[in-house]
Amino acid sequence: MNVGDQIPELKVTPDKYLPHRYAGASGDFNPIHIDVDFAKMVGLPSNILHGLYSMGLVARANATALADGDPRALKRLSVQFRGMGLPEQEIVVSGTVKSVDDNRVVVDTVATQGDNQIIRNAEAELEL
Amino acid sequence: MAIKTDAIGKEWPGSTYQVGREKIKEYATALGIENPVHFDVEAARAAGFRDVVAPPMFCVVYALPAMAPAILDPEVGINFATMVHGGQVFEWGEVACSGDEITTTPKCVEIYEKDGKGFYVFESVSVNQDGEQVLRAVWTNIVRGV
Repeated sequence: MNVGDQIPELKVTPDKYLPHRYAGASGDFNPIHIDVDFAKMVGLPSNILHGLYSMGLVARANATALADGDPRALKRLSVQFRGMGLPEQEIVVSGTVKSVDDNRVVVDTVATQGDNQIIRNAEAELEL
Repeated sequence: MAIKTDAIGKEWPGSTYQVGREKIKEYATALGIENPVHFDVEAARAAGFRDVVAPPMFCVVYALPAMAPAILDPEVGINFATMVHGGQVFEWGEVACSGDEITTTPKCVEIYEKDGKGFYVFESVSVNQDGEQVLRAVWTNIVRGV
């Protein structure tokens, strides 16, 4: 593990009903995520993904790439939510190792849909 | 109009969530996480956990309900029509396992205006039934046109 190394990309295409399943799993039933008509009424192109779902994929990508999915590895994750994520479009999570300090690794991570960065400046700190 | 900042420093009572195996399974499935320690108690115990263990981002399940009274408080005065979730920080301590009772306590740490937007920053601390910290979180909500 060296500074500048890329972590393996995670590619996920959330299906049409993913926001409904995530709403049930997380308890966040904000209608902008699950009601196309409501979302359009408030000026969105369609219902949008939960930001914390996309953040969950960032966590999954880092834990899978660096710790074989061990839930103890991820110690800190900070993100900024920017462009909104949409169902039925592929999400690509990619990351670059920013620092390595003994067993602590920090990874700069982004999540994109096409040219749209849905999560940026994500910084994941793992203890390996 | 100047943004209302009276709520800075305000704390709300803690609220407690009981973690269960089926909820962990439902969350892990929605995220496409396949590690058996999130689904099978024997696999979890073999890996050294006391019961089925939650993925780190399961923290939204136990912490989010506790945030509602803070974010909805009229004294904070957030206009929900133009609110977006701007940023999020989670710092994990002890893992969360099925059977845990996790109490999350929110506090308003910052309210400020920048470029015509209102920034409302909350911090929460979550502890388990043994008093061990499982999470510290910083939640930033941005309101356009304050």
